Amino acid sequence: MIEIKNISKGFNGRTVIDNVSAILETGKCNLIIGASGSGKTVLMKCLVGLFEPDSGEVCYDGESITNMNEEGRKLLRQQIGMLFQGSALFDSLTVEQNVMFPLDMFTKLNQKQKHEKVNEVLARVNLTGANDKFPAEISGGMKKRVGIARAIVLNPKFLFCDEPNSGLDPKTSLVIDKLIKEITIEFGMTTVVNTHDMNSVMEIGDKIIFMHQGHKEWEGSNKDIIFSKNEELNQFIFASDFLQDAKDMRMLEAKGKINTDRDMNELTK
Amino acid sequence: MNFFTHFGRYLLMIKGMFSKPENMRLYWKELMHQCNEIGIRSVGIVVIISVFLGAVTTVQTAYQLVTPLIPKTVIAVIVRDNIILELAPTLICVVLAGVVGSRIASELGNMRISEQIDALEIMGINTRAYLIMPKILAALIVVPCLVVLAAVLGIWGGKVAGNLSGILPPSIYNDGLLEDFIPYNVFFALSKTYTYAFIISSIPAYYGYHVEGGSLEIGRASTKSVIVSCILILLADYALAALLL
Repeated sequence: MIEIKNISKGFNGRTVIDNVSAILETGKCNLIIGASGSGKTVLMKCLVGLFEPDSGEVCYDGESITNMNEEGRKLLRQQIGMLFQGSALFDSLTVEQNVMFPLDMFTKLNQKQKHEKVNEVLARVNLTGANDKFPAEISGGMKKRVGIARAIVLNPKFLFCDEPNSGLDPKTSLVIDKLIKEITIEFGMTTVVNTHDMNSVMEIGDKIIFMHQGHKEWEGSNKDIIFSKNEELNQFIFASDFLQDAKDMRMLEAKGKINTDRDMNELTK
Repeated sequence: MNFFTHFGRYLLMIKGMFSKPENMRLYWKELMHQCNEIGIRSVGIVVIISVFLGAVTTVQTAYQLVTPLIPKTVIAVIVRDNIILELAPTLICVVLAGVVGSRIASELGNMRISEQIDALEIMGINTRAYLIMPKILAALIVVPCLVVLAAVLGIWGGKVAGNLSGILPPSIYNDGLLEDFIPYNVFFALSKTYTYAFIISSIPAYYGYHVEGGSLEIGRASTKSVIVSCILILLADYALAALLL
């Protein structure tokens, strides 16, 4: 579990995140959503310790990373995996070497054991056979999956994904979302996903934190979103007429006024 | 950002490099990789420049010594001392500041922009120790070797040029090389070289590591690092000459 306690952070006198508190739960996909510039990336960087918050603290299973010394942080970070927006793969290393890098650095496994572990993780993200390819030779979706494989190879307790679907087509985005959801349950991790992809919100959002202009505007699950009366959230989530119609249909369905499956069958007859 | 901010950040970067390696084997591997990148990959340019440097110094020295009262061995003495004291360490290091410095700055800058440095930090790796320390150590190991190679080839280039252009035969050139040789000059040249090696690796590393913005900034950081390195090399050249000679 990750506990965010009254985090604030600013740059050059401008407040980017303002007094944000939340609890990110274990075994769930915790989504931080919000428009561009709402402070979600800065919040995530404060969570993983890449930025020092101006005030407040972040606790991992009760231990504050904010007050931790460098050695303590190093140890904690070995329990953290992160998927970056641009995947952040090492250009000069192959897919296999990229995934093997944390094993080389932090474990005493022999070469055979490392190969087995890498192949196991690559199979988990459906990348069997891509071992010898370089990042420049693979697609955006594959890069993300290599990024996930590298992030989970040390069996971390916490997984952070910064905009995992950026630059991907809807079908590949769905594959990545499903993968994140599956490994969260499989490994019992605390997963934090930073996104503004509405499909991700509805598909994997066990817990959602909506950021607006640097502060936490709303908190709930993907099921609560449909019934939320928060104006900012509705404007952000259901920005298009199409999405608004979808929301209305879901609400009518929830109230028992329509049955989407039955009515759609009728219509398509 | 003013000079003191840069200087403070530079010192913090250097201080941050000193920590216990997470895995000695990977650090060693990275050191060897950098020795290859900085040393072996620069051999070609060093060979070409130093041979021609020696050749040109011989021809130009002969051109300026018009009186027959000065023995021809003096040409070899001047070429030897010029190359050992100044041309091999300073000029070769200025060239290396361009070749190696821009490569270090752009490599680290690219890693910063593409979040590879953040990825390493998240894994719990001290990026200053893992990325910068091997580059500086590699430069301190291989740059003196390159400078010694440059000095030898420069002197040899002078001999070949003197012989080919009929200025002085190799036997007289060899006699001149042994005349009034001061071993301290080699120590002085190597002292300069170690100072320059530190400059041409740490300054570009500083600019590359602290890149902010987009790909345009990588180019800017690279150019800036070469300019600052060259200026610092010339300043150090004067300071060391004033102190040690």
